[in-house]
Amino acid sequence: MGLLSDPVRRRALARLVLRLNAPLCVLSYVAGITWFLALAFPPLTQRTYMSENAMGSTMVEEQFVGGDRARGFARDFAAHRRKSGALPVAWLERTMQSVGLEVYTQSFSRQLPFPDETHERYMVSGTNVYGILRAPRAASTESLVLTVPCSSDSTNNQAVGLLLALAAHFRGQIYWAKDIIFLVTEHDLLGTEAWLEAYHDVNVTGIQSSPLQGRAGAIQAAVALELSSDVVTSLDVAVEGLNGQLPNLDLLNLFQTFCQKGGLLCTLQGKLQSQDWTSLDGPLQGLQTLLLMVLRQASGRPHGPHGLFLRYRVEALTLRGINSFRQYKYDLVAVGKTLEGMFRKLNHLLERLHQSFFLYLLPALSRFVSIGLYMPAAGFLLLVLGLKALELWMQLHEAGVGLEETGGGSGPSALHPPAQGVGLTSLVAPLLISQAMGVALYILPVLGQHVATQHFPVAEAEAVVLTLLAIYAAGLALPHSTHWVVSPQAPDRGWMALKLVALIYLALQLGCIALTNFSLGFLLAATMVPTAAVTKPHGPRPLYAALLVLTSPAATLLGSLFLWRELQEAPLSLAEGWQLFLTALAQGVLEHYTYGALLFPLLALGLYPCWLLFWNVLFWK
Amino acid sequence: MPAVHGGERRWEAEAAPGMAAARPLALLVLLVLGPGGWGFADPPRDSLREELVITPLPSGDVAATFQFRTRWDSELQREGDTDHYFLRYAVLPREVVCTENLTPWKKLLPCSSKAGLSVLLKADRLFHTSYHSQAVHIRPVCRNAHCTSISWELRQTLSVVFDAFITGQGKKDWSLFRMFSRTLTEPCPLASESRVYVDITSYNQDNETLEVNPLPTTTYQDVILGTRKTYAVYDLHDTAIINNSRNLNLQLKWKKPPENEAPPVPFLHAQRYVSGYGLQKGELSTLLYNTHPYRAFPVLLLDTVPWYLRLYVHTLTITSKGKENKPSYIHYQPAQDRLQPHLLEMLIQLPANSVTKVSIQFERALLKWTEYTPDPNHGFYVSPSVLSALVPSMVAAKPVDWEESPLFNSLFPVSDGSNYFVRLYTEPLLVNLPTPDFSMPYNVICLTCTVVAVCYGSFYNLLTRTFRIEEPSTGGLAKRLANLIRRARGVPPL
Repeated sequence: MGLLSDPVRRRALARLVLRLNAPLCVLSYVAGITWFLALAFPPLTQRTYMSENAMGSTMVEEQFVGGDRARGFARDFAAHRRKSGALPVAWLERTMQSVGLEVYTQSFSRQLPFPDETHERYMVSGTNVYGILRAPRAASTESLVLTVPCSSDSTNNQAVGLLLALAAHFRGQIYWAKDIIFLVTEHDLLGTEAWLEAYHDVNVTGIQSSPLQGRAGAIQAAVALELSSDVVTSLDVAVEGLNGQLPNLDLLNLFQTFCQKGGLLCTLQGKLQSQDWTSLDGPLQGLQTLLLMVLRQASGRPHGPHGLFLRYRVEALTLRGINSFRQYKYDLVAVGKTLEGMFRKLNHLLERLHQSFFLYLLPALSRFVSIGLYMPAAGFLLLVLGLKALELWMQLHEAGVGLEETGGGSGPSALHPPAQGVGLTSLVAPLLISQAMGVALYILPVLGQHVATQHFPVAEAEAVVLTLLAIYAAGLALPHSTHWVVSPQAPDRGWMALKLVALIYLALQLGCIALTNFSLGFLLAATMVPTAAVTKPHGPRPLYAALLVLTSPAATLLGSLFLWRELQEAPLSLAEGWQLFLTALAQGVLEHYTYGALLFPLLALGLYPCWLLFWNVLFWK
Repeated sequence: MPAVHGGERRWEAEAAPGMAAARPLALLVLLVLGPGGWGFADPPRDSLREELVITPLPSGDVAATFQFRTRWDSELQREGDTDHYFLRYAVLPREVVCTENLTPWKKLLPCSSKAGLSVLLKADRLFHTSYHSQAVHIRPVCRNAHCTSISWELRQTLSVVFDAFITGQGKKDWSLFRMFSRTLTEPCPLASESRVYVDITSYNQDNETLEVNPLPTTTYQDVILGTRKTYAVYDLHDTAIINNSRNLNLQLKWKKPPENEAPPVPFLHAQRYVSGYGLQKGELSTLLYNTHPYRAFPVLLLDTVPWYLRLYVHTLTITSKGKENKPSYIHYQPAQDRLQPHLLEMLIQLPANSVTKVSIQFERALLKWTEYTPDPNHGFYVSPSVLSALVPSMVAAKPVDWEESPLFNSLFPVSDGSNYFVRLYTEPLLVNLPTPDFSMPYNVICLTCTVVAVCYGSFYNLLTRTFRIEEPSTGGLAKRLANLIRRARGVPPL
């Protein structure tokens, strides 16, 4: 269709883009950020509503009264757990049998790639216990899961107690149409992952586990419960799953419905809900919650056992009982009734949850932003890259055209036609080298941990983190090594071509990330885009260098940690922040190997090499 | 020989030896063709035998099986041989069994639910159970040794398993009244035989573990599924039983409750599941357990898989004890899209004390958008596989005289003394197919229209536009003036 456009007008447009490029870029960036900040305000946030008919109109009456029973189970469980020092498998089996479940166990073992210092584990072996409540006169084709993760510290006893009491209550009812699996996992998420992989008979993360003896068909939904006190002041709900996956919004709506019905205090991201959305207070608080959600979703880690279910297309969320200093407390009966109500409604489901949104942001429990409304924010940011790339491309193009038009008058322009070829081949070396750095960053830390521990007085986990940082920093030394390889003949063409390629590469990556995990894409775009746009080998180089370093993926991670703690009203000191940063690095690598989180490979193999290209542009000679 | 089985609720063979696993609604239809006359040689003679077998299960639940058999003589079909060409097998993977199924089924009984054993068939109790299976079998029976004339047999069976955990509050005692909220008062006047059998086999050595009330007049011993069983027999025609108190409320009490040990595991049981995740591929896995300590036996595995799961037959793997197990017979009939399902039949030898895994990969087909069910996100059912096996028995059984032995023996056919026949149905599966968002057609229409409009518009523009080379503009006023002067001077213009 090039024929159709008027070349004269096109050239005018091109001139406009070239002349107004800087203001357009600034405008676009500011528009993106403003749009994002405006997401918490009412025209862009909408009230949540239940879309699923099977769960919407009917009401259920909760009859759970087993609070004492739950506490009794919890006490016994805690005692047996203390005695054995691990999950009391035999006691759990016995108790589940006594409440009338079909009980099975599954043992698993996993050697982590390097010792996990936050959870203090390396060679992990444990046993999951699960009991199946068979729905009467149904054929075991569908099931629901209630899971409680148990780690080595003695938390979640009350959750196990409540799970058993609920199982006993559910067993006496005849209305179940779906089987219910009551799952207690050891070593929290590792156990959950082992169980899920065995249930679906796949091996994604290389965990060794015994095959499951009992199954109950396709799992429709799952609820994970974390509860460590006999009374709670509020229930916090976590939705962010592995790689930023979210459960269907209807599941959250269901939880919210029962929160309201039972008069429970429910929080999201640990933040109370503001009722007042007409004044500025509500949206501002919503913005904090939204930012917290964006940070948590961007981290790509499962924020609770529910996060691992999402990979298998099982809608799931985690409920956490919080016991703070608030006056008014709820006992286990209130929590149990909420769960009972949720399970009864899920039992009504005729289809998998699919009616409501899968991609959303939550400024509050009762408000959401749908994908159609938040995507423009990322779009505006990526437009900056596009505009900048267009400008560069035109400059490259016009430089060539302009030279041809003048017709070989001056000396350098005679060299021009071969220079174009050299310009392209000269890109191969920096691209390859930066990509190789990325591969080294991905592979070497874990591979070389033993070598590192032999030669330096560090532990394995430290070795991995320090190697990561060392390789990361070593990437900064690259321009000095690559400028020998590259011999640019036209003064500016080389770096412009490289920057053009880097811009397109970055835009593509960020675009893809924003589509699958908006939060991560937006966060990276917001930090990386401006410096990527302004970087050039002229002008105040030290300033550009400082800016580039400050917006590199690692610095973004560090900054996000500070922002996160700031929003949680627990600000970090610098030293604490650094410690947290090192821990986060180790956790990121570990989560990639143990659960298949993709943030680490994405940063190491995708964004870091791309960022190095800009570094390369900056130090182009 | 049409036979309709309606059943719901997977029933663990492990928990209840003697009951088949979940029986789906299976329809075996034999199209009876041939020169059969429809004449009536004799007036039809009805004879009804009714029977109730109550078995306390090792898991603590109680299973009750009703059987009603009617036989009549007719000349419906004379030719004996059936042509297997006309044999059809069809399975409906899911059928909700409810009172709508029970009421017409009860109407087939000669006494309906007015008298005899059928007074116990009270829907609200029968559907508060954990397993429910009802069936109708019709088959021709030879009237004499040479099979020159044929009678027809209509057999109706109903099996329910009462959940002792819910009804008995943890106790395992039961009574007819507690289970059915009715008691027996009289036999069906049309019945020639009306009996209740109660399994009183003691699993321990001493006989004093349980007590039935009233005491049975006779007992009956037989070998059922390889184990010896003792039944207390109550004949409703025996006036002494009914007359004592005008009704019969059987009760069973455990003197010493059976230990809470794991129930005895049957020699053959199976499990089936879909493995993998995502909407592109998957794997059907069937686990076959042979728990016999020293005997291997062959199993015939019959799988019908709908066409929309495209099986990759080269991925069929059968492993037992970590080694490949080669089936001695495989029959595979590939599916045709929208016409017929895959049919896979294999004869597999199960080694003693082993688990055999049969797995085959499939790809999920994308259906046409009108082919989706109204609830496409529920998933699509895959019918159970059927396992047929001759399981070696521990106790030798004597050959059975079908006419004399109780009706329930027909549920457990014995092939010879050392084996017994078992047919198991695995659980049906629910598989999600890639499901479009059904608001998509609207979006697609909008998008396509836009694309078409843009393309059409530009092509139309391109085809109708006339192109001409535009002369560069002749410059400003000065140039024109200069040209005028040049023309006047006879010099070529600028």
